[in-house]
Parts: sequence; C-alpha cells; structure tokens
Amino acid sequence: MTLLGWLQIAALFLAVLVTVKPLGLYMARVFNGESTFISPLLAPVEAGFYRLSGVDPKREQGWLAYTLAMLAFSLAGFLALYAILRLQAFLPYNPQGFANVPPDLAFNTAVSFLTNTNWQNYAGEATMSHFSQMAGLTVQNFVSAATGMAIAVALTRAFARSKAATLGNFWVDLTRATLYVLLPLAIVTALVFVAMGLPQTLDASVTATTLDGGQQVISLGPIASQEAIKQLGTNGGGFFNANAAHPFENPTALSNLLNIFAMLWISTALVYSFGQMVGDRRQGWALLAAIAVLLIAGVGIIYWAESQGNPILTALGLDAGGGNMEGKEVRFGQSASALYAAVTTGLSDGGVNAMHGSFTGLGGLVPMFLIQLGEVLPGGVGSGLYGLLVFALLAVFVAGLMVGRTPEFLGKKIEGREMKYAMLAVLILPTVILGFTAISAMLPVAVASIGTAGPHGLSEILYAFTSAAGNNGSAFGGLSGNTLWYNSTLAITMLLGRFAYAVPVLAIAGSLAAKTKTPASGGTFPTHTPLFVGLLVGIILILGGLQFFPALALGPIVEHFAMLAGQTF
Amino acid sequence: MSIEQSPAAPLRRPGLLDPAILGPATLSAFIKLDPRQLVRNPVIFVTEVVAALVTALFLRDLLAGNAPGFSGQIAAWLWFTVLFATFAEAVAEGRGKAQADSLRRTRSELSARRLSTDGASSETVPATALKLGDVVVVEAGELIPGDGEVIEGIASVNESAVTGESAPVIRESGGDRSAVTGGTQVLSDRLVIRITAAPGLGFVDRMIALIEGAKRQKTPNEIALSILLSGLTLIFLIAVVTLWGLAGYSGTLLSVTVLAALLVTLIPTTIGGLLSAIGIAGMDRLVRFNVIATSGRAVEAAGDVDTLLLDKTGTITFGNRMATDFLPVNGVSGTSLAEAALLSSLADQTPEGRSIVALASGDYGVPTPAAQPDAVIAFTAETRLSGVDMGERRIRKGAVEAVLRFAGVTAIAAPAEFSAAVDRIARSGGTPLAVADGERLLGVIHLKDVVKPGIKERFAQMRAMGIRTVMVTGDNPVTAAAIASEAGVDDYLAQATPEDKLAFIRKEQEGGRLIAMCGDGTNDAPALAQADVGVAMQTGTQAAREAANMVDLDSSPTKLIEIVEIGKQLLMTRGALTTFSIANDVAKYFAIIPALFITTYPSLAALNIMGLASPQSAILSAVIFNALIIVALIPLALKGVTYRPVGAAALLRRNLFLYGFGGLLLPFIGIKLVDLAVTALHLV
Repeated sequence: MTLLGWLQIAALFLAVLVTVKPLGLYMARVFNGESTFISPLLAPVEAGFYRLSGVDPKREQGWLAYTLAMLAFSLAGFLALYAILRLQAFLPYNPQGFANVPPDLAFNTAVSFLTNTNWQNYAGEATMSHFSQMAGLTVQNFVSAATGMAIAVALTRAFARSKAATLGNFWVDLTRATLYVLLPLAIVTALVFVAMGLPQTLDASVTATTLDGGQQVISLGPIASQEAIKQLGTNGGGFFNANAAHPFENPTALSNLLNIFAMLWISTALVYSFGQMVGDRRQGWALLAAIAVLLIAGVGIIYWAESQGNPILTALGLDAGGGNMEGKEVRFGQSASALYAAVTTGLSDGGVNAMHGSFTGLGGLVPMFLIQLGEVLPGGVGSGLYGLLVFALLAVFVAGLMVGRTPEFLGKKIEGREMKYAMLAVLILPTVILGFTAISAMLPVAVASIGTAGPHGLSEILYAFTSAAGNNGSAFGGLSGNTLWYNSTLAITMLLGRFAYAVPVLAIAGSLAAKTKTPASGGTFPTHTPLFVGLLVGIILILGGLQFFPALALGPIVEHFAMLAGQTF
Repeated sequence: MSIEQSPAAPLRRPGLLDPAILGPATLSAFIKLDPRQLVRNPVIFVTEVVAALVTALFLRDLLAGNAPGFSGQIAAWLWFTVLFATFAEAVAEGRGKAQADSLRRTRSELSARRLSTDGASSETVPATALKLGDVVVVEAGELIPGDGEVIEGIASVNESAVTGESAPVIRESGGDRSAVTGGTQVLSDRLVIRITAAPGLGFVDRMIALIEGAKRQKTPNEIALSILLSGLTLIFLIAVVTLWGLAGYSGTLLSVTVLAALLVTLIPTTIGGLLSAIGIAGMDRLVRFNVIATSGRAVEAAGDVDTLLLDKTGTITFGNRMATDFLPVNGVSGTSLAEAALLSSLADQTPEGRSIVALASGDYGVPTPAAQPDAVIAFTAETRLSGVDMGERRIRKGAVEAVLRFAGVTAIAAPAEFSAAVDRIARSGGTPLAVADGERLLGVIHLKDVVKPGIKERFAQMRAMGIRTVMVTGDNPVTAAAIASEAGVDDYLAQATPEDKLAFIRKEQEGGRLIAMCGDGTNDAPALAQADVGVAMQTGTQAAREAANMVDLDSSPTKLIEIVEIGKQLLMTRGALTTFSIANDVAKYFAIIPALFITTYPSLAALNIMGLASPQSAILSAVIFNALIIVALIPLALKGVTYRPVGAAALLRRNLFLYGFGGLLLPFIGIKLVDLAVTALHLV
C-alpha cells in the first residue's frame, strides 16, 4: 500500500462527499415535481411525452397500480430488447454484419439489461451490432436505472406522507428520472469521456499496422455515450468484453476516477434526496455514513490483501514485492483496482477494471461479500436506496423494541405487514444464490463450465449467482457462462433478484404510506445518531454474514487459509 | 346463605423459582410437546421436527450397530432444547395461574339465585348457567356469581378475592359505585344484580385467558416478531440445506445429524423458546400490580403511549384543599392568627378545617386550648363562614366577602395589606380564607390544592421517557395553570367536560399519538373507549369498566405510570432477547463450520478460534450451549429487562451494549466452557 494509493482513494470519496448535496437537493426537487433550472428547457418535452402517451401527470397511483405499471413497463422493455437482439441481422447499423443473437443468450442478455444487472455472457465487440448496443442495451441502461429510482422514490414518499393512499405516478417518476437526471448527466459525462479520448463513432473498426508489420483490426463504436450511462445508471455492461480494463473504455487514471465517481454519484445523492424528501436531512447523512463505513472498509481490505500478494509466489521469487498484480491493469495498479472493485460491487454497477477472480482469497471475498450484503453500499441507482431502507426497517425492528416501544422508523410504525414483506424481500437473495450455487455445484453440466479446480471453482459459481441475484453483473472470470444452463438459471436469478425484491418493497411502501406519521418524542428511537449507524452496519454485516458464511468458508475463505498454508489445488 | 361459600384465600405471590410451580411446570412442559400445540411457535416446532429426525437416525445407528453415541447425544440435547422452551412457557403460566386458579375455583363452585322475569320467584342455578341480562339476588354472606351492576339495594362487599384489599367497599344501585365483580362476597344487606358479562367473558375470565399460553392470542407486536423469527428460520434452513450441496462439491459428505445440529443452533431458538413466556410474564407482572388487562394488545399499547391524560384530583393533588400558610395583617403576629384560625376550626370536621388545625398546631406550635368554646357557629351556604364564640372573642373564618361583611368592612376599605394577600393567593390558584375577631381583621389563610410529594419528579421521568402528561381538571384556567406548573405537567385541560376529554383524545390521535387515561365514572366511558389505553378503577361504574381495556383493582390513579413501564418492559425484553439470539449465531459458526470441513480443508482450522477439542465436541458443545442458554435466560424472561426512565437513546445504548455486544461475546466463552466439560467427561 502506498500513500499515493490511499490519496487516490481519499480524493474520490471526498469528491463524492462534496457533490452529494447539490445533486441530492436537485433530485428531491425533480421528484417532488418542483421546477428546476432546466425546467424551461425540459418541461415542454416532458408535457409532450404525457400528451403522447395519455398519462395524466397529476393522477397518482396506489401501491398496486404503481407496481403493475412498473411490471408492465419492464415486460415491454424486455420484449423489445429480446426482439432487437434476435433480429439484429436484419436491423440497421450492423457494419460488422453480426448474426442474430441465439435464443438463450438473447433471453439472458435481455433480462440482464432489463434488471440493471448487465451480466454479459458475450463479448460485446464480437456479438452486438451498433443498433443493438444503442437502441437496445443503452436504452435499457437508462430506463432500468430510472425504474429503480422510481421505486426508491415511491418508498421515500411512503415515509414522507401521512395517511396517504397513493405513492406517486410511476410514469411521471420514470419520465422525470430519465429526462431530468440521467439524460443531462449522461450527455455531460459522455462529452467529458470523449475529451478524455474515448471513441464515439458509428464506424465499425480501424485497421492498424502493428510495429512488426502485422495487420490488427481494432473495434470501435459509440463507446463514450454507452460508457457514461453504464456508470451513471450503475449498469456496468461494457462495450468491450474487457469492460473498464479496456483502454477505449477507460484510458487514463483520471478517466478511471471519473468512472468510479460517475457510478457512485447518483446512488449516494439519492440517499441525500431521501433525507430531504422525508424532511430530515440528518437521516440521509446517517444512511450515507453507514454506507461509507462498510464501503471504505471493503476498499481497504481489498487493497491490503492485494498489496500483500501471494506468499506462495513470493517464495518462488515470482513476486517482486509488488503484491498481487495478476488480472490487474498496470495503468491502474492495486489501489485503483481495489477502489474500483469495492465500489462496483458495493454498488451493483458490475463494471470492472480488473479481474476479480484473480484477486487473492480475501481480495476476492470482499467484492463477493459486498454484493451478498444486498447491494446497498450504496447499491444500484434506486435499488440500493430501497434495499438499504429494508435493512433499516429490520435494524429498527430488532433493536427498536429495546427502547420499549413498537419499533418505528421516521414516525412510521413497523408492524406485522411490513415485517412480512421485508422478510419476503430479504429471503430472495439467499434462496437464489445458495440454491442455484448448490445445485450447480452438484450438477455435472454446470461444473463443466468451471475454469479452476478446488475451492476457487466453487467461488466462480457462487460469484456468478451472487452477481446475478444482486443485479450487479460483474463476473469473477473463469466460468464459461454462455451455456444453456447458466444463461437460463442466471436469467431467472436476475429476474427474481430484481422483481421478487422490488414488489414486496412497493407493498411495504403502500402499507407505510397509509400509516399516520407519529411525531418523534424523547421515547422514540433516534435514527440519525452514530449509534444507529453502528446498529445498521452491524445488522447488515451480521445478516449477510450469517447467510453466506458457510458458502464463503468453502470458497474464498478456505482459499485464503490454503494460500497462507502454502497449499495449492 | 350458604356457609361453604367462602372467598378465595389471600393470594400468595410465588417466588421466581418456586418449587410449587416448577413441579407442575415440568409435567406441563412435556404435555406441551404435542406438535399440534407447538406449531404455533414455528422456531420451536422446527426444532422438534429436527429432533425427531435425529432421533430416528440415532435409532438407525443403534440398530445398524454404528457408533450411536454422537447422534444419540445430539438428539437428546435437541429434545432438551424443545423441552426447555416449553418449560419456560409452563413456568410463566404457572406463576400467572396461581392467582387465576384461585379465582376460577371460587367461581366454578358458585351458585346463583336467579330471579324470574317478573321478579316474583327465584331459582338456584349454577353460576356458569347465568346469561347476559339475568337478574340475581345476593344476600349477606353469599358470593356474587358474576360481573354485574347493582340495580337495587346497598351493601358492603368484600372484594379481597380480587383486589387483595381486606377493607370492605360499599356497592349501591345508581351512581358510580354500582359495579360488582364475580367471586366477591356481600358482607351485609342484600343486592339485586343484573349480570353484565356472560360466563367466561367477565374480565377475570379474560385475564385467565391472557395468562394461559394455549389460549393466548398473539399480540400484534408478537406477530410481527414471529414473522421475523420465521423468516430467519427459513433463511437458515436454506443456508444449511444448500451447504450439503456445496460441501458435496468439495468432496465432503455431511451427515444429517451435523446439519441438524447446525440448523438448530442457528435458528433463533433462544427468543423463539422464550417469546411466549415473556408475553405471559408481562401479563402476570400487570396482575401483580393489581391491574387486569382484557387484551395483550392493550399492554403493548401502554409501552407506546405518547400522552398520559391524568385527572388532577387524587392523581396529582390530594384532592382536598389544605391550609399551607397564615398571612397576618394589621400587625397581628403569625402565632395569634394561627391561634385564632385553630380556635375557629376546632369544631370544623371538613378536611379543610382539619388541615388548618394541623398547620396551626404543627408548624406554629399552637397548643390545643383547654377552655371549651361558648358557642360553635357552623358553616352554612348562606353565611359562608364558621367559627366560635369564646368569652369576649367572636372568631370567624370563611369566604373573604363573608368575613368582611361580618367585620363590617367594605372591600374598598379593607387594608391594602389584606387585599394584597387575598390577591396573591387567588392568583397562585389557591383559595383565601379570611379570619376576623369581631371587627378586627386578623389575616388570611392560604388554602390550596396540595400537589402530592414526588409527583413532579415522576413527571420529569415521564418526560425523559418521551411521554407528555396532560392534567385534566374542572378548575378554572388560573387555578389549573398554577397547579400544572407546580406539578410540572406538560399541559392541562381546564374546566374540562367529558366531551372535552373525548375531543382532546381524538385530536391527539389524529396527530398519530397514543393516549392513555384513567377514569371511573359513567361519563368517562366514551373517553376510556376512545383512548388507546383506558384504565378503569375497580370502584368505578360497570360502564367505565366495560369501556376500558384495563381495570385497576387498587383504584389508584397513578397506576397508569406503572402500567406504561410494564408495557415498555415487555417490549424491551422481547427486543433484548431477539438481539441476543441473533448475535449468538456468530460464535456458533466459528464452532461448527471448521468442525464440519476440517478433514477436507485442514487449513480451516484457523477458524477454530475457540480452540475446541475435536469436531464432534465442537458441534455437541454448540448444541448444548444453545439449549442451556434458554434455561439460563428464563429468569430474565420472567422478570423482564430492567426499565429505566431515561431517554430512548440512552436505553438503546445500554441494551445494545448488554444484549448485542454481550450476545456476541458470551457464546464464545460459553461454548468453550461446555467444550472443556464435554472433553473432560469424555462425552465424545
């Protein structure tokens, strides 16, 4: 570990810290339906959309109508994307003449982008036409993020309102999230990326003559625009197979920092918006503090584990004291790779600038564990906030009883109904992750896809289902996922991870919105104090740890101890 | 009059681990193993199923001649886990039933003399055959067969069977003392009673139902907690079942016995096993405070109360105005005024008069005069003064205007000093009484509603607990404000009518607050019904008792404060043991996971941070610890976590440290100790 490494990490978190408030306040205005400084420009466009689609923006929906609208919109998005992928050969902007995407891969990919996961069982530059990338994948990058934001905002309103029958209008929230937040930010970010040297063209490729006289075809495309929303919307799906380790996606240390900043910005700012919208900014800061504690700890552990390197290699003289550099871009090194790895997994982004599978046991454990904690640190755009709020409800429920009152969070009593839906939501992660991992670990056809023997192989499967269930999309590497088994099971996992979580969350929102907001008193459990932050961190760690410790013990943990013991597989 | 009917013996309060309770409880613990009954408690039900499964495996090992020692011991301890849980519930029930049983015994033996509809004839029927609206007659020496309302007659009644208070009380038709309780004894005269509760629905019956686990309805909060616990159980079930597959990949074949052991140690058996006991003990604690709740929900609501509506009279003040000061005028000495006041009050047997005598002879040291007064002038509504004539002296005390008239002084001509004193007393919410000797004004007595000692501190505690206190009084706003500030309540409702009370409660509830109040009169009934926690006095009317969700047998208005504390304690105990239970799991993983995989991956020995002797001893120790901790926590579940009236933040910090952090650390030590014992005894 070096001072410079730590300075890079500190600089990033500082940048996020100072920019959380302005964006948070801006988004609160957007979702409260207030006018903003770009309203003169966008309000007519927004009104035009409503007129075209026949949506009355003033008419709010109850939780069920909101949920059905969200599901209907997602289904339509899935069908459109699936059709584009399956018909790619007949559609325009296909300069390299790529064939139609096969059914199971198209299913997997459509689900993957619909659920904001961006798990990629293909190499983008060798599979997807420009049309598929732009009109298919990038569109979902926007709207899947906007959908997440809409759900989070609906839950936020449930806390802000008292005795309310409605949560807002899904179509309005979706439109405003895209139009006022994602689109402007993506345009600016894309232009900055172009300035940093990312290609943005409709050309297919350039052919270059290498130094030894050979011919090399270098893929190009509309990269900067997709890169921008890939990070801002915590999607993570790269244009290239190598994702952000590819120099066209991530050319410099500065672009690397901007990449990480872009993925963190909206998710963290949305937590601030939450505080603003429920009328207690301290609550926003308290949630951000819990996120920061766990995320920074994650970065630190990866950085430490990677810079320690592998004692087996050191003993063989293969490591010049530089720590573990396997699978890392030399342009970024351990610090920036650790930072990227922790943020991309804490966030459900899933873009990578290093191969997580090549990290040391502990270094690989952390990204996996960060996803298993529920993608709440700060999690995907929107989905992170509502996931975190579910944990806050659980924390308040377990510990809140200890102050001698029916637990309440922000003046809303947490009772049987909320607990029922919260447990339904929380159950989904262990069920699909552990269930599918255990089946795959026993199924010869699934085990055949593994790239490495020993516990690392189990880690590969565990990571794949973890990533899919958490809607993260990053891969451990090593596992050949483009098989019928993984394409279909991972797609099911992604669907459940997204919608089997979101629907109970909206049900919670409906139940909470209807409740009277109790004014706080000296007998109320204060939820904006360091004590609450500690409690929330503890609950997230203990719940996550208890669910996944046995599985992790057989994967990365045993890898770690085996490495220390000098054992190889 | 039947001799064999005698009221229940005074109640014996059983100790925490009274052998008289433990014996039957042990038997009852076995009866409760019935899966049909246990299914109400999902965590323990799962434990029982797993225990049965491991028992089957043990039998298979036994028959097949495989070493059955390990699976046998695991099976035994799993059964103990279930038994300890049912035992906890049985003990809690046993304690509560001590009182309930004695009540029930008297009632089941009761007979009633039911009047025919025309009232002409009566027939003797068992009390259990009485219906709502039946009219019965009860004479001196007989027991009242059921809850009801006196419609004719007046009698003294011994209610000690219910209240534990031996002094008889008066019950009469009409007014606020018409309600009678089944099982109490009429000592004199004859009462005609209309039965207002069908058998099995009287409040004593409802209390009995709250204390008996099998019939007990789960409270909303218990339901929510049960959902959490069931959810956790499901999560661990998934984690353990899938572990079999994950282990299979690594080439380890895990036996069902060890997976069962892992499952039971992980699922929240501690809180699952004690949950019901905590609820019952909470009700029982309430009964010990002589309060009977008609639903568990009300007790929980008491913990949530935001605003306490307290009647001024009897709760905050003693209820009678008392002399607190003598203010002499016209150069009269304090002692002379005190002496005159004492003389004027010697024959005055009102509480005010007695308080004047007490103040004069106490604080002022005026001796009781030897001479008898020549004439005693009694207070009348017309003269509004009283006093004595002694020799030359004509001493009078009374309302200021009346005394001035007596002394022949007009209000304007009264000395400034006198008027100032009168004003000052009135402004402070007190009542001034003037004293004159003939035409000479001696001074003013300050009568005031005296706030009970210690009540101010009590309210300060309530404030720290986050509870607002609101005083309700019929006094005018000036008096009310003065008493409110002296007592330290947060707000007051002056010149309050029952309608005002109801409106106030509605307004507060509209803002999301929970309200508790107590009352006794029929006109309190609507407010009692509207309040989230309504406590009726045992001495109150049947209407009030029906409207309320709790009845205070001591009829003490300050009881509300204790009820709130009991409610909070109940919730806290649940929260503390849930936190403890979840925190416990961390150590169990460190005991069991390395034990399961040490053969496949020897390097996992690094996780055995407790240094447990062998894989088998580690697993057995975790299971034993998990079972024993339930027994160890039974006293805590029954007694409840200590409640301190400090703010929520301070409470949380303390309990989180104690039960969260403690729950994390304790099992590391506990499992290690059990492992040492298991190894020393060569159990594996």
